[in-house]
Amino acid sequence: MATTSTPVTHHGGHHAAHASFLEDPQHRGLMSWLTTVDHKRIGLMYLWSVLTAFLLGGLFALALRLELLTPKEDFMTAETYNKVFTLHGAVMVFLFIIPAIPAALGNFVLPLMLGAKDVAFPRLNLASYYVYMTGAIMALTAILTGGIDTGWTFYTPYSTTTGGAVTLMTFSVFVLGFSSIFTGINFVATVHKLRAPGMGWFDLPLFVWGTYATAIIQVLATPVLAITLLLLAFERMFQIGIFDAKLGGDPVLFQHFFWFYSHPAVYIMILPGMAIISEIIPTFSKKHIFGYRAIAFSSVAIALISFIVWGHHMFTSGQSQLAAVIFSFLTFLVAIPSGIKVFNWVATMYRGSIALDTPMLYAISFLLLFTIGGLTGIFLGALSVDIHLHDTYFIVAHFHYVMMGGTVIAFLAGVHYWWPKMFGRMYNETWARIGCILVFFGFNITFLNQFAMGAKGMPRRYYSYLDQFQGNHIGSTVGSWVLALGLFIAAGVLLASLRKKYDAPDNPWGSKTMEWETQSPPITHNFPNNPVMQHGPYDYNAPSVRREA
Amino acid sequence: MSWFRDFFLPMQGTSHAVAVDNLFMFIVFLNIGFFLLIAGLIGVFVLRYRRKSANDRTPNITHHLGLELTWSIIPLLLCLVVFFWGFKDYMTATVAPGDALEISLTGEKWIWTFEYPDGMRSLGELYVPAGKPVKLIMQSKDVLHSFFIPNFRIKMDVLPNRYTEQWFQSNIPGEYQVQCTEYCGKGHSGMNAKIVVMSQTQYEDYLQNGPPNLRTMPLAELGALLYESRGCATCHSLNGVKGQGPTWKGSYGNMRKMTDGRDMMMDENYIRTSILQPQSMVVSGFEGIMPTYQGLLRDREILALIEFIKKQK
Ligand code: HEC
Ligand SMILES: [Cu+2]
Repeated sequence: MATTSTPVTHHGGHHAAHASFLEDPQHRGLMSWLTTVDHKRIGLMYLWSVLTAFLLGGLFALALRLELLTPKEDFMTAETYNKVFTLHGAVMVFLFIIPAIPAALGNFVLPLMLGAKDVAFPRLNLASYYVYMTGAIMALTAILTGGIDTGWTFYTPYSTTTGGAVTLMTFSVFVLGFSSIFTGINFVATVHKLRAPGMGWFDLPLFVWGTYATAIIQVLATPVLAITLLLLAFERMFQIGIFDAKLGGDPVLFQHFFWFYSHPAVYIMILPGMAIISEIIPTFSKKHIFGYRAIAFSSVAIALISFIVWGHHMFTSGQSQLAAVIFSFLTFLVAIPSGIKVFNWVATMYRGSIALDTPMLYAISFLLLFTIGGLTGIFLGALSVDIHLHDTYFIVAHFHYVMMGGTVIAFLAGVHYWWPKMFGRMYNETWARIGCILVFFGFNITFLNQFAMGAKGMPRRYYSYLDQFQGNHIGSTVGSWVLALGLFIAAGVLLASLRKKYDAPDNPWGSKTMEWETQSPPITHNFPNNPVMQHGPYDYNAPSVRREA
Repeated sequence: MSWFRDFFLPMQGTSHAVAVDNLFMFIVFLNIGFFLLIAGLIGVFVLRYRRKSANDRTPNITHHLGLELTWSIIPLLLCLVVFFWGFKDYMTATVAPGDALEISLTGEKWIWTFEYPDGMRSLGELYVPAGKPVKLIMQSKDVLHSFFIPNFRIKMDVLPNRYTEQWFQSNIPGEYQVQCTEYCGKGHSGMNAKIVVMSQTQYEDYLQNGPPNLRTMPLAELGALLYESRGCATCHSLNGVKGQGPTWKGSYGNMRKMTDGRDMMMDENYIRTSILQPQSMVVSGFEGIMPTYQGLLRDREILALIEFIKKQK
């Protein structure tokens, strides 16, 4: 781990030719930020917001793990524990992971990658941020006024009968959904309309393909969640009888509605992560991505198939056997495109020139962790085995490998990768790597233990448990401390860099995508003059020759 | 290899568990194989192709149809194998044989109640004969629950508006743990039950006289056991802390106020009525949420509980 790659730059170091968007003399002061329509500033506001949510959700997680250190009640009662695990899930999913990559990094990077001045609808973009903040404040209010103890899945009839601020929370998630839809619409339009001259669909960086596929799911699936939550809120307020069996409703219907959104949402969360990895691996291998079209099309395939596998969350729900069999079959189909991508990324490294800078270290952790997440999904797609594993810690471990080991690690990779572009500073490479390695080991200690106890039959959402599981719980809790330490180091390293003067070159990693062609940090209008596509995003061999697509 | 299986999975209580485990272990090997392949390749590439200088040249490899087809088709075929395998065992696990012993099961916050064909009911403990298929016909009185028997590798949600079923046949006498796996609120973690598989003669004896080991146990000890196994512990503490229901610490012999204004003394009769008709007198400051135990506790068991409560000084 001792080599640092020598930065390759187009312009040989930073030269502040123009004031960057961060201190543009025409846009100064707090108001200029609050009313900005600059996608970069909106991206950064999102970034700080989602990071705050991440911190909050993470503290909840640490508290949960601490309670689980012993089999009996320690410092949280059952009620508190139930609220805390609900908040951990809801905050992480709705306030952090879903917006993290598209709204924070995507907002910043996507127009730059396309050579555009901004997104297609800059005001809608700002609106999406305020809608997000409104949703976040509602969620916070719900937490402070009674809390919610339904789990982030809001299963009926528990959610229609329990006390607390469930109605407010559902409205909050409803509102957050709209922010997600706004971002989605914006990205679809931007990718269609604002590509630089000469940039065809197959000249798009794969990050753009990934965010594009995500945007489609956001626009198509989120309304279903919105309707479902509205029905749930109405059920609570007016006792209509849609989901509540006592009123003649069907609680399982809720699960169908909920997963019809939330399964595609799994891909809203993971596709952008995959998209980041597809940028980082070629850059740090100095090599053309392997199987460009396969990766691009598999994103779209995943986006489409993801709409018809929701029933695999419900194998024990009492749905018909036939439905279960069909969903199981489709689930295996959706696994294949993800597998293909992993092979493509690994093949990209073959005969590359591999530099292990922090973003690449995170990308490699992603490959390992996401592979485990994907492979363990095979257990869950298989009907007979899933019946045993459903709603145990095995599931918890599996989706943490996908959501955290996959998306969050990719997000961290992306933050480290684009940090110099966003803030114009390089961070301390050694400490950033130490953070990354601690995160990797801490994560595995935390969640491998959860696989083990899940297969043995430890159910999820238990605040106290049978003594036989204590060994694994202790391991998992200790792992969570290592993980937290790694994350705090990473945060410290990044924040510390902000105290320096600008020192980042335009293209510190020697990447070929367009966002690196402007200065770091970019000027308000992104590029001094309208950029034209000179070479493909992965043309490491033929720098100035246009790729035939 | 059974040590390897035991490393991952709990003890097998049925032949269905054996079938599930075979597939489970097959997938474990698939997982290990593919993980080593991916991790190995990454390791080798990182070591062999580490960047030597900023001017390294790399070959322009963009794709390779043959390779891409290979790594799409082989996983696809393996996935199909796993799919059919899982499907086959799932079907045998969901369709119960016609001659199964039918027991109806009710889940409610936070106890499981079993009812035998002859109307006898049992709380939190299911006694079944070995070597005979048993079919559970399940429903919930309130929210969703899920009846999970890890040793049998089965679970099924229990719904308020519809019956769900699951069945098993265990040939190995013993005790098996049951846990609730659909989140149902405060008492979710404690919503356990026990399945006791016994020989046919023991089973008939049980139907007549109740669980064999409890018949001779001293009353207070039996009371302590029932306190845990019959779910009293979910609501009544022994340490003075107010839970869903009043604590039992130092309660015997004291006066208490009812919601309807009466003053009652906690004596043997009062306890008996509290257990059998809890709604007839609700202690003020509490909700009348205690379920009735009428028909669920044998006379000796009520005596045992009274004895146990007396002991909580
Ligand atoms: C679902 C929670 C719950 C369970 C389970 C439960 N109880 Fe209760 N119990 C209550 C509540 C609430 C009260 C107070 C209201 C009332 O009197 O009905 C109560 C009251 C009592 C009282 C009167 C106590 C007093 O201080 O006046 C007795 C005795 C009692 N329960 C015995 C039992 C026994 C024995 C069991 C187990 C076989 C049991 N309870 C299980 C909730 C429960
Ligand atoms: Cu339950």
